[in-house]
Amino acid sequence: MHLPEGGMAGIAMHELSLCENILQVLEQQAESQQYHKVKTVWLEIGALACVEIDALRFSFDAVVQGSIAEQAKLEIIEIPGQAWCTACRRNVAVQQLYDLCPHCGSYHLQVNSGDQMRIKELEVE
Amino acid sequence: MCGVCGCGEGHSHSHDHEHDHEHPHDHDHHHEHVAEHAHAPGLSQFRMVQIEQDILAKNNRYAGENRRYFGERGILALNLVSSPGSGKTTLLTETIAQLKDDLDIAVIEGDQQTARDAERIRATGVAAVQINTGKGCHLDAHRVGHAVESLELKQHSLLFIENVGNLVCPSSFDLGEAHKVVILSVTEGEDKPIKYPDMFHAADLMILNKTDLLPYLDFDSEQCIQYAKQVNPRIKILSLSAKTGEGMDSWLRWLKAELDLQRIDYA
Repeated sequence: MHLPEGGMAGIAMHELSLCENILQVLEQQAESQQYHKVKTVWLEIGALACVEIDALRFSFDAVVQGSIAEQAKLEIIEIPGQAWCTACRRNVAVQQLYDLCPHCGSYHLQVNSGDQMRIKELEVE
Repeated sequence: MCGVCGCGEGHSHSHDHEHDHEHPHDHDHHHEHVAEHAHAPGLSQFRMVQIEQDILAKNNRYAGENRRYFGERGILALNLVSSPGSGKTTLLTETIAQLKDDLDIAVIEGDQQTARDAERIRATGVAAVQINTGKGCHLDAHRVGHAVESLELKQHSLLFIENVGNLVCPSSFDLGEAHKVVILSVTEGEDKPIKYPDMFHAADLMILNKTDLLPYLDFDSEQCIQYAKQVNPRIKILSLSAKTGEGMDSWLRWLKAELDLQRIDYA
């Protein structure tokens, strides 16, 4: 990937911090898990996690340059949003945090899945 | 030295933390992808490693330490978030002017560049430390931990952490605060809560600021409040004008009540 002069210049988004965190985990795990190269990284990203996937991919490619994860493939497992409707007393699917209950129209929803961002597993060498 | 990161900076409150790093078990199910490296057969054993770790685990550990530090000292820490220009710093200077004779107050200012906001705060007579994030679009718990250390906070004091003006990124980063407080000015448009739902979802209190300008705007306060509650049914909302002082009383009473709660010694 071509980056402007100064490396990260011009990128200001929290996906960059997330990728720096991911790389730190990969480097820490390299010691304990005895690997020297990361080929694929699987992430679980919830639909409600405030993560822009394109920005995450862009940041990841930038952050891993020159590291053990250089040219690693990023696989994103998207986790759908789910919330508990306190009116219906059941779980409902939500796409956005401002969604109303699709059954009763209530906004009294408690998100219980789809807000996570986790490193799930790696393919390493 | 910083106990968690080993970054070499002073971080006195991090010495008594638990080292609860979870080292996931290695479930090696060897998938050999020989075709990928056919030129070096036998030397290219790719394998799978289970990680199962929250991407923000490290930040969350620092945040947990900060929270414990605040808790042990009865400090009320608030993370103030908003878009740029919502009036956060004016709200802070007015709040400090009204409370500084009764309470110990300190401020951490986050901005990408300059120390202008910290200077505005210091002009009120309270301690302030500026964190410049450079290209960074949010504060993180590690930098806040170091800033806290340099402030030498008093017991039962009030700490305002003014985050970088940004309604997106700071929502994901726990700083160890008791509450996120989102400030929205009536010049911004009533649909901000649904345009930037993550922040309003993460906040416990919303302050609708600059209400003195309402007569000159088409801002629909009722609709704005409805949107905020749609995103976050638990959110509490205060309307005020930091400039004229209208509505400030409720905010000051909320602060004192929340600070009082921090002084309770739970079993």
